[in-house]
Amino acid sequence: MGPPEERARVEALCEPGIPLCRLSLERREAGRLECAVETLDRQLLNIIQTDFPVDARPYEVLGERLGIAASEALAGVRRLMESGVIRKVGPSFDTRKLGHVSVLAAMRVPEAELAEVADVVGSYSQVTHNYGRDHEYNLWFTLVCENQEEVDRVAAEIKARTGIEDMRLLPAERVFKIRVDFEF
Amino acid sequence: MTELQRKIIEILRDGLAPVEEPFHEIANKVGVPVDELLAQVEAWKADGTIRRFGAILRHQRAGYSVNAMGVWNVPDDRAAAFGCTAARSRSISHCYQRPRFDGFRYNLYTMIHGRSRQDCEDTAKALSEETGIADYALLYTTAEFKKSSPVYFSGAAGRRIRSRSK
Repeated sequence: MGPPEERARVEALCEPGIPLCRLSLERREAGRLECAVETLDRQLLNIIQTDFPVDARPYEVLGERLGIAASEALAGVRRLMESGVIRKVGPSFDTRKLGHVSVLAAMRVPEAELAEVADVVGSYSQVTHNYGRDHEYNLWFTLVCENQEEVDRVAAEIKARTGIEDMRLLPAERVFKIRVDFEF
Repeated sequence: MTELQRKIIEILRDGLAPVEEPFHEIANKVGVPVDELLAQVEAWKADGTIRRFGAILRHQRAGYSVNAMGVWNVPDDRAAAFGCTAARSRSISHCYQRPRFDGFRYNLYTMIHGRSRQDCEDTAKALSEETGIADYALLYTTAEFKKSSPVYFSGAAGRRIRSRSK
């Protein structure tokens, strides 16, 4: 990456309100910018995103892997939770293996009614994600239900309550990837 | 699925507290010895019931502020090859094949994350060039109305579990 791209990357990371990003710019004189999430936070995130130790004392295991004290590892994770970078530490279940059914739904909503319709959609505990998008189909949400009957019932209820008829239910026919982790 | 397993899933949903022995807290709430809880979690990891056990991030706070749902019109006989190529991209978190519908000719979905719209566009362009699929669109998020973890057992069993754990 050349200097202009590097600078753009640094600037993107420097938006206010991003507590994770701490810059070290000592190398500027040498014509290079070094932008990094603070090293310990980055190392912690890279491990615990996919592989939090399932152990009675997980921070001892983490500390050992990183060559730091258990208390430092715990303090690091606590800091990342308090600053809002980590939403939670826990399991991501395979919905299908639990016998549940999940679908993506697309709705075409008049722009003026979008917020109101989104409120109705979001009021269901079966709706896990609900996003406005810049398309003719402008409301997209995921439903996770115990069975297909529940999917159909919730979809019918949402249509009835909002008066929006144009809703498409799009089950996954094939899954190629479900993973959310990023390298820091 | 046993009642005990349902209870563990329900209580684990809120995640671990940042304390020295977080699994002890969960085990106490469930009412099992910690070793039994750890063994169950390990068994679920091994059989794929738990896809991963770890930190779930708010990506906006970690610098990944933009997400685009890429939708692609891929001939059915090339869908698998496209999906496998898309899955290799670190900037793509999810990739599914879904049915086409009237007025919407796209059948492959990719969730693309980036630090800017340009990042997302670059990712899509690279995937397009690599796969030879030129018919695609990026649907950007205009509002995030809700983002939460699934409630897996919200019926009678779930309610019984929740009231007992209070």
